[in-house]
Amino acid sequence: MDVPQVGDEIGSFVRRTDFANWNRYAAVNDEFVPIHMDDAAGRAASQAGAFGMGNLQVSYLHNLLRQWIGPDGVILSLACQFRAINTKGMVVTARGRVLEVDKDGDRTVVRLEIWTEDENGTPLAPGTAKVALA
Amino acid sequence: MPGTLVNPEMAAAVGGELRRAVSFPIDRSDIRRWAIAVYWPEPPPAWFWDEHAAAATTHGGIVAPEDFNPFAWMTAAGPVPVSAESGGHDPDATEKRLGVQPAGLSFQLNGGLDVDYGVRMRPGDVITSIVRLGGYTERTGKLGQMLFTVFEDTWTNQDGDVVKRSRSTLIRY
Repeated sequence: MDVPQVGDEIGSFVRRTDFANWNRYAAVNDEFVPIHMDDAAGRAASQAGAFGMGNLQVSYLHNLLRQWIGPDGVILSLACQFRAINTKGMVVTARGRVLEVDKDGDRTVVRLEIWTEDENGTPLAPGTAKVALA
Repeated sequence: MPGTLVNPEMAAAVGGELRRAVSFPIDRSDIRRWAIAVYWPEPPPAWFWDEHAAAATTHGGIVAPEDFNPFAWMTAAGPVPVSAESGGHDPDATEKRLGVQPAGLSFQLNGGLDVDYGVRMRPGDVITSIVRLGGYTERTGKLGQMLFTVFEDTWTNQDGDVVKRSRSTLIRY
């Protein structure tokens, strides 16, 4: 990979999300919480219906970074906040932009702004990450 | 002006150990299933499921995605009874584990995560997690008075190497 420049975007990781994604994630993460499984439970929690797991947003952000750095790159850190709900049928897109590029010995360390967003560009899970390139 | 949700027992419990868990040895198919779920409906990268593809990476074999959870469903301590009314996701569970009076809120949401990674998780690894109560803050928002609870979680492998240190925030209302 060429050394990235500040401001570069790192591509995208896109998924249309509904029970097909959430149920599979619940199955591997033991996260069968009613608000993620049942529209009535989602409404009882003041939302439009059932909604996706914040932890799945975290996984999509990891997938975005892994897609960019490949199997040999290193994810050093990641932080995000859950600002908006991932509703049923939403197309979630994970994106990232380079904030800083530094050298740590022989390796290139990149700090990134990362986020997931809905079809309208509304951020769902904005955050930051630091990776070391292979 | 609403009163505080953090009673004196809760405040005194900050820093206390909430959970110490030891995983079963990580299985390759646990990693495969995780990768299938988080990449669904597209196939996951081959290095998460194919030994030959993984052998060509710097890891020399399959490693788990950083977000993989080796504690799902059951730890080495065996099954945990699930309370019928909550399905195992009781908003008061934190304080009940610490033996203190809970805030008595009805709903909970994941607020966010901040994690630093160490060594990767590999098949056969046994992971230990120690979770501590990091602290409480309160805020009033569109959902009313909300309680933010921070959990500090450190994972190590069977060699004592740090896998990750994370701080996660639970929002209750």
